[in-house]
Amino acid sequence: MDFNFSETQVMLRDTLSRYLADTYDFDKRAAMLRRDGGRDPGVWKALATELGILGAALPEAYGGFGGGPIDSMVLMEEFGRAIAVEPYVATVVQGAGALVETGGAVAEALVPGIIAGEVILGAGFYEPQGRYNPADVATTAKADGAGWVLNGHKAVVVAAPYATHLLVSARTGGGQREADGVSLFLVEAGQKGVVRRDYPCVDGYMASEIYFENAAIGAEALLGAEGGALPLIGKLLDHAAMAQCAEATGAMKKLHELTLDYAKQRKQFGKAIGDFQVIQHRLVDMFMEAEQATSMTLMGTLRLDDAERPKWVSQAKAKINKGARALGQWAVQTHGGIGITQELPAGHYFKRLSIIETQFGDFDWHMGRLEAGL
Amino acid sequence: MDLAFSPQETAFRDEVRKFIAENYPAHLRGKQDEGEELGREDMLAWHQILATKGWAAPGWPKEYGGPGWTATERYIFSEESARAETIPPLPFGVNMVGPVIYTFGTPEQKAQHLPGILSGHVWWCQGYSEPGAGSDLASLRTRAERVTEDGKDYYIVNGQKTWTTLAQHADWGFFLVRTDPTVKPQEGISFLLIDMKTPGITVKPIITLGGEHEVNEVWLDNVKVPVENRVYEENKGWTCAKFLLAHERTGIAGVARSKRGIERLKEIAAAQPDGNGQPLLSNPFFRRKVAELETDLTALEFTELRTLAGEAAGKGPGPESSLLKVKGTEIQQRLTELVLEAAGNYAAPYFRGFPEGSNAYPIGPEFAHRAAPTYFNMRKTSIYGGSNEIQRNIIAKMVLGL
Repeated sequence: MDFNFSETQVMLRDTLSRYLADTYDFDKRAAMLRRDGGRDPGVWKALATELGILGAALPEAYGGFGGGPIDSMVLMEEFGRAIAVEPYVATVVQGAGALVETGGAVAEALVPGIIAGEVILGAGFYEPQGRYNPADVATTAKADGAGWVLNGHKAVVVAAPYATHLLVSARTGGGQREADGVSLFLVEAGQKGVVRRDYPCVDGYMASEIYFENAAIGAEALLGAEGGALPLIGKLLDHAAMAQCAEATGAMKKLHELTLDYAKQRKQFGKAIGDFQVIQHRLVDMFMEAEQATSMTLMGTLRLDDAERPKWVSQAKAKINKGARALGQWAVQTHGGIGITQELPAGHYFKRLSIIETQFGDFDWHMGRLEAGL
Repeated sequence: MDLAFSPQETAFRDEVRKFIAENYPAHLRGKQDEGEELGREDMLAWHQILATKGWAAPGWPKEYGGPGWTATERYIFSEESARAETIPPLPFGVNMVGPVIYTFGTPEQKAQHLPGILSGHVWWCQGYSEPGAGSDLASLRTRAERVTEDGKDYYIVNGQKTWTTLAQHADWGFFLVRTDPTVKPQEGISFLLIDMKTPGITVKPIITLGGEHEVNEVWLDNVKVPVENRVYEENKGWTCAKFLLAHERTGIAGVARSKRGIERLKEIAAAQPDGNGQPLLSNPFFRRKVAELETDLTALEFTELRTLAGEAAGKGPGPESSLLKVKGTEIQQRLTELVLEAAGNYAAPYFRGFPEGSNAYPIGPEFAHRAAPTYFNMRKTSIYGGSNEIQRNIIAKMVLGL
């Protein structure tokens, strides 16, 4: 057993941590979110070129470092600490993940572009009626000559407003919620027949509703086997959930630190509020949640190749969803009024943690999956 | 002991229901349904209509313009108002400063202020908290020094207040100020009524997590306040402050509004798909949470009814009101958690009112547009009006004798 990070992983963490400390402090982040388009595209470019870290988790054959989910975990925890709004999960974990898995000329063409920061993906596996069920796919892909015609609606596709490509599920057969008949497609963002409604999210990310209106795409847009993509999509969603657990862990640790600092500084009744036992116990509870989040993130990430992957991922995400809510609420409560304003970082961490709870399966969805597997 | 309404009470309920149905302004209903932001006049409109009927201040004694209702009638009125989702009169005048003025004020103060509070034409704000005085309210430092000019006595007020809700619209404010810094903190505080148009007052917005401008900083720079605007004795303001906080806490339970909130939640969950062809409301996990919340609300409701009955028997709201504040706010917050959960993936999108562009391409269900901002915003309820930690301290000390 070895819970130590490799030298490369330590270097990755330190490099990204230093970079984010400089470029993503509270005021700079706020300024980024106020820009047109809601972000600074230079940051993603710098992660690719100056830091060269976007390939850390990707195979050497495509120009990556040959790492894996643990490398993504290391990076995501740092993104979480900075509440960065970068498209790592959609582009690297899900996008490159799907391409590497399905291989071929499309992968050879695009994965190096992902590593170079030129190709950005949005992943649309959820639909308005489907909640967190990736098998509930009403979007259809009908064979048309050599290619396909897409029709349907994908919900809350993060990073889509500035993505170069969209990775989406569509039905090539089977009934609406059947496991068989779901296929995976890669669509260029500027494709005719793709209608996007872009919006900011409450946590600072940008996302879109994607409407397909007779979008005619080529044969090469189909990734993997026709009708057999659901297992792969399930895997991509589990990998995304674990990456997000790492992000939550980073955000939880940082929010705990911020709250601890505040409790030491803020004076009421002639002493620091951290001198009151009720506040001390709450800070200890927050600490325990952050520690358990660290443990579950590591557990779930290490077991992404396990035969019981869904069980471990659901345990991790359920535990972290619950812990993130409690820790976030306690942080706000301990800060008092200032905790619900935009003026201090604490509230912004709370917002991001609240939305993480609602993405890639909420607590009930993961508990449902666990109960079904008992 | 009897839970059923008497025939008179049932008739009263019907009368209230009919009055609201016939008189609630249609334009307000429209704005509320569409989630539009409400302006100053919108927030006062229903109050002003209630005032013409004599129903604006259900808790006030008859001699000051209250309707003279029994506790049951007040309960019925608040149930019906919540059921119809009316915009309630703002608490700062009717529930807070009004009772202080009719209890501690001079005849001149009553004559000057009570009519405007009742009619809903004067907007009040509350100058209590300061950056350094939150839970420890008595440590407040806004200074009021007494001067005499041309034979008249004034206070010159300097300092900063914060979390002043809707001060951007206020005509008058009631302020706790320090008139004697040499004594124990609670013994050197006075309660002043200040015209918000007085030179030297600056109101600065504080933007909260959902993007709302609801609270403000209020800066006071050599603000000249006539001594006649002090309520009760100099340095006895803490008595008024405590009296007001206890009154504030009763209204804060929000039972009837939470009941309506749960109905809304059920409507939402019945319409929200669960990814299996069934509505979310048929999901056993979700159902359990709604049932549990309803149970907690019933417990709160009957605790509040017992308190109301006690008040009707002549006991003022005491430290028990802290229980109503803690449990009432926990339920209000839980409600917003469940609405957020119901939104699922659509918790994330952020926009206010109607998004621009064609409605042929909707961004999730309408309820979801306010789900996250409301969840964020309602975290305030366990912080304001005396934080829930402070409420527990009050119960520990005043009720349990610890």
